[in-house]
Amino acid sequence: MEHTVEYAQATGLLGSVWLLVAVPAVSAAILLLLGRRADRWGHWLGVASVGVAFVLGLTYFFQLRDLENRSVERSLWEFIAVGNLHVDFGLLFDPLAAVFVLLITGVGFLIHVYAVGYMAHDPGRRRFFGFFNLFVAAMLLLVLGNNYVMLYVGWEGVGVASYLLISFWQNRPSAATAGKKAFLMNRVGDAGLAIAIFIMFATLGSTQYADVFNGAGALASGTVLAMGLLLLLGATGKSGQFPLQAWLPDAMEGPTPVSALIHAATMVTAGVYLIARSNPIFSLDPTLQTVVVSVGALTLLMGCIIGAAKDDIKRVLAWSTVSQIGYMFLGVGLGGGAYALAIIHLLAHGFFKANMFLGAGSVMHGMKDQVNIRRFGGLAKHMRITWITFGLGWLAIIGMWPFSGYFTKEPIIVAAFERDDWTAWLYGGAALLGAGLTAFYMTRLFVLTFHGPKRWTEDIDHPHESPPIMTIPLILLGLGSVVAGWLMATPVADWLTPVLGGHGEGEHHPVLSHTMITVLSLTLTVLGAGLAWLLFRNGTALEEQPAGPLVRAARRNLYTDAFNEAVFEKPGIFLTRALVFLDNRGVDGLVNALAAAVGGGSGRLRRLQTGFVRSYAMSMLTGAVLVVAAFLAVQAGWFA
Amino acid sequence: MTDLKLPTLDYAALAPILILFGASLLGVLVEAFLPRARRHPVQLVLSLLAVVAALVMVVLNADNRLVTAATAIAIDGPALFLQGAILVLAGISLLLIGERAVQRGGAFVAHAAVTVGSPEDARQAEKEGGLTEVYPLTLFAVSGMLLFVAANDLLTMFIALEAFSLPLYLLCALARRRRLLSQEAALKYFLLGSYASAFFLFGMALVYGFTVGAGDQGGGVDFLTIRDAVGNSSASSILLLAGLALLAIGLLFKIAAAPFHVWTPDVYQGAPTPITGFMAACTKVAAFGGLLRVLYVAFFGASWDFKPVLGVVAVLTMLVGAVLAVTQTDIKRLLAYSSVANAGYLLVGVLALSRDGLSSTMFYLVAYGFSVLAAFGVVTLVRDADGEATHLSRWAGLGRRSPLYAGLFTFVLLAFAGIPLTSGFTSKFAVFGAALDAGQSYLVIAGVLTSMILAFPYLRVVVMMWLSEPGESTPSVSLPGGLTAAALMIGVAATLVLGVVPTPLLDLANGAAEFVGR
Repeated sequence: MEHTVEYAQATGLLGSVWLLVAVPAVSAAILLLLGRRADRWGHWLGVASVGVAFVLGLTYFFQLRDLENRSVERSLWEFIAVGNLHVDFGLLFDPLAAVFVLLITGVGFLIHVYAVGYMAHDPGRRRFFGFFNLFVAAMLLLVLGNNYVMLYVGWEGVGVASYLLISFWQNRPSAATAGKKAFLMNRVGDAGLAIAIFIMFATLGSTQYADVFNGAGALASGTVLAMGLLLLLGATGKSGQFPLQAWLPDAMEGPTPVSALIHAATMVTAGVYLIARSNPIFSLDPTLQTVVVSVGALTLLMGCIIGAAKDDIKRVLAWSTVSQIGYMFLGVGLGGGAYALAIIHLLAHGFFKANMFLGAGSVMHGMKDQVNIRRFGGLAKHMRITWITFGLGWLAIIGMWPFSGYFTKEPIIVAAFERDDWTAWLYGGAALLGAGLTAFYMTRLFVLTFHGPKRWTEDIDHPHESPPIMTIPLILLGLGSVVAGWLMATPVADWLTPVLGGHGEGEHHPVLSHTMITVLSLTLTVLGAGLAWLLFRNGTALEEQPAGPLVRAARRNLYTDAFNEAVFEKPGIFLTRALVFLDNRGVDGLVNALAAAVGGGSGRLRRLQTGFVRSYAMSMLTGAVLVVAAFLAVQAGWFA
Repeated sequence: MTDLKLPTLDYAALAPILILFGASLLGVLVEAFLPRARRHPVQLVLSLLAVVAALVMVVLNADNRLVTAATAIAIDGPALFLQGAILVLAGISLLLIGERAVQRGGAFVAHAAVTVGSPEDARQAEKEGGLTEVYPLTLFAVSGMLLFVAANDLLTMFIALEAFSLPLYLLCALARRRRLLSQEAALKYFLLGSYASAFFLFGMALVYGFTVGAGDQGGGVDFLTIRDAVGNSSASSILLLAGLALLAIGLLFKIAAAPFHVWTPDVYQGAPTPITGFMAACTKVAAFGGLLRVLYVAFFGASWDFKPVLGVVAVLTMLVGAVLAVTQTDIKRLLAYSSVANAGYLLVGVLALSRDGLSSTMFYLVAYGFSVLAAFGVVTLVRDADGEATHLSRWAGLGRRSPLYAGLFTFVLLAFAGIPLTSGFTSKFAVFGAALDAGQSYLVIAGVLTSMILAFPYLRVVVMMWLSEPGESTPSVSLPGGLTAAALMIGVAATLVLGVVPTPLLDLANGAAEFVGR
């Protein structure tokens, strides 16, 4: 690459960009350290800190816009200095970081407000906001770091926060298990990221973005491939992509605001951020990009198929998140101009998915925490606001014109058709098929929840709409679902050009014409939605019904969990048992034998300590003779 | 007949030694002229003042690098550093020695000549204040130690050796409780100590003989003459090596290296605990100071001859100390064997024979001195009606009874075991690092392995204190008086500080690590 990456020093107001991380971090510390004393006002502090961060983010954003070189970094202090390894606690504020900051703090603020209402009756609300602020701080550090170690610190920070919040209701075994599952699967990915960082340090001697990106071109192709694949492993873990997708649906055990902010809008997109940030590395190797595209395409289809078979409203949304992030991976894998497309889809997805999750939370709030869509139906009349806002999110995610999904997903599908060879058909086809399937399962969700006959459980007589503190964020996010895509499509692509490179206009032509693809995708969308409408407008059975092999497979997550159990868990348990056996018999045996030998030797030696001066003098004399003899022997060269 | 020319003395440089010597003489006068009841506070204050004054003089002398009293005394970096260390540790020991709140009358007997077990003995043990002669005796010992680490010829060194050993023999005999054990310990220490001194003297004679044979202008026992003789000689080195071996034996006895350590457990157990702490901290510093000077200055040219032998001694010392500590049932004997093993680790640092070796050994001495004083400080507190409860079984469940002191003791034990964030870790790291740099990896391997063995007895005590239920026989912990509390706190704080920020002291030791005459 002739293009070198350089960042200017942050000056003026931008020099204080660290405040973005510091404000929520301090708030989290206060909330967690003060304990019950902060119970009465703690949640407002949590909301305020994210609000302040949002205002700061906006300020910095406008500052950045007016700069010539739109990338500034600020090194605060030396974080690690060992031998040749020097890592700064440094922050980088550039267009990519800026849009993430706005997404995290903007959507985060709305969800924080919503959570005040949603968690109103929970005794652990202050603790919840402490963890939530911790998450925001870590996530901001993740996107603001100017080197991979900072990113890693944030990466682990959001992992911890995610674990704490999934298991927030730690008394529920399912929540505790889900937290563990998320933590363990993320470790697999995190190990990949860590090794990738080790490789960077070993081959380039630095983990600074600038050094890595400028130096990566000179590396051996195998090194780049290994580094990229390991980064991808990290990304798949955090973003719930194949093969590490299984934790994300289980993570819905956490409170709904958590699902909305962490497991839909922000944290799970960190993998996309990682790949987009590392675009100079991924762009070096077409094989690497193909792997990313394949992961994306496979996952997006998987998410659609499984999502169509699930009955739990949050799990359907979770699988749809998996599937949508699949689109984003597809985008970042395609490279070139598609990097920006993926990021734009990520932003739009942040809005409409947060909107739908909060809508689902609102439904659950009114339905005594029922999550089974087979037991909803006809809620549109009872929850007007939730119905309308959820509907806007639904239209956005299925990509209906003129809602935001249309403007952000469509270009990714087109980009998938822009590949040179037959793979254009493969990936383009997968993306198109995904669009149709998305329309089907999201319509199923929407219709079963809000329309058709009532199928409520007996204990519910009159579901109520949520209080304003919950509906106002819903309305704002609903508006975002409508306009965000259209507003962002062009300006954000231009805005991101300095980081991700321009849209390679005219380099490739799609194998189908642009119009053709649009028509096809809209048709498929309408078909999918229509089919779901026809099937489910009259409701559905109250229980799962026997079904064909595909549906059965989808209900069981396409047997991926069974696969994990058979291939990893069972041998893992066996290995553990074997190691325990080895430890008990072998290692402990050795240790115990040694200990017995030492103890026995000690007991024997002790008898020499008779307490008689004469024997002490004798032993000294013997020692003296030996020492003198040894001196002379050494001199005579016997031991030389 | 030629006039005997008196050597010039640099009084400023010798001031620390002279102050202590003078103070101990003053202490003798106090004993003679003050009424019995007034002696204790006066003696304690006088001793502490003398130590502080000497320490001030050491600090003022800090930049001196000179040889004075003809060639008898060298005031150089290591001498000043070790003198400072001895004075600081002696000051803390004096706090322990001066404690009278824990046990009525202090740790020392009131009339040493009273027959053990007689009614008079019982009466004095219950009622009367302890002997105050311990203060001048301690100061005599300290001034001997200060001279020992600065001695620049073998004769001065021998005199200093006796000057600090004789008071120690006496001090060991003065325990208030278990007097027979104490007197037996003192006698053993005296007999074996004299025996070791004889080796030292004989070694000196042989070395003198060697220098006469080797030099052009007659012989001598000052280190520079020996150094030149070792360097230039083509004469038979049998005299040299036999002499060096015997000298080393005399010194190895003092540092308690195997197989010359046999006195240690008996003496450590029998001596009054404050004196045990004093010996473990200060005697070790002084003895290693002398050994360092002998090996680094006088016999450096023969290092290829003594390195392998002393290496074997070091390994043996670590091994014997660690293995025997495993089966000890008495806390004082356990700490004695631990002190033997630590002598082995110190020898590892000495045998690096480099500037790093010197500085890390000196650092180790200071760090270990603080920890061991804190450890014996706790031992003085754990007691029942019969005095200190030193049997380990009595310590079971102590953590439940007195978490603070059990916690402090645990911390010190972890330091002995070399756990990070304690000075035990940084000091072991320093000596092992120096030994590795000097290519003595077999010593480091032995050191690490024995550390593992040694961790067991320490952790056994920790487990007993915290995980066992307190039984009927678990003794109470006396509330310490201010003096013991101060000593304990200084010792523990130093152990922590030297573990967390060792750099300032390491830099100080490194800056001082240069003998004159090398």
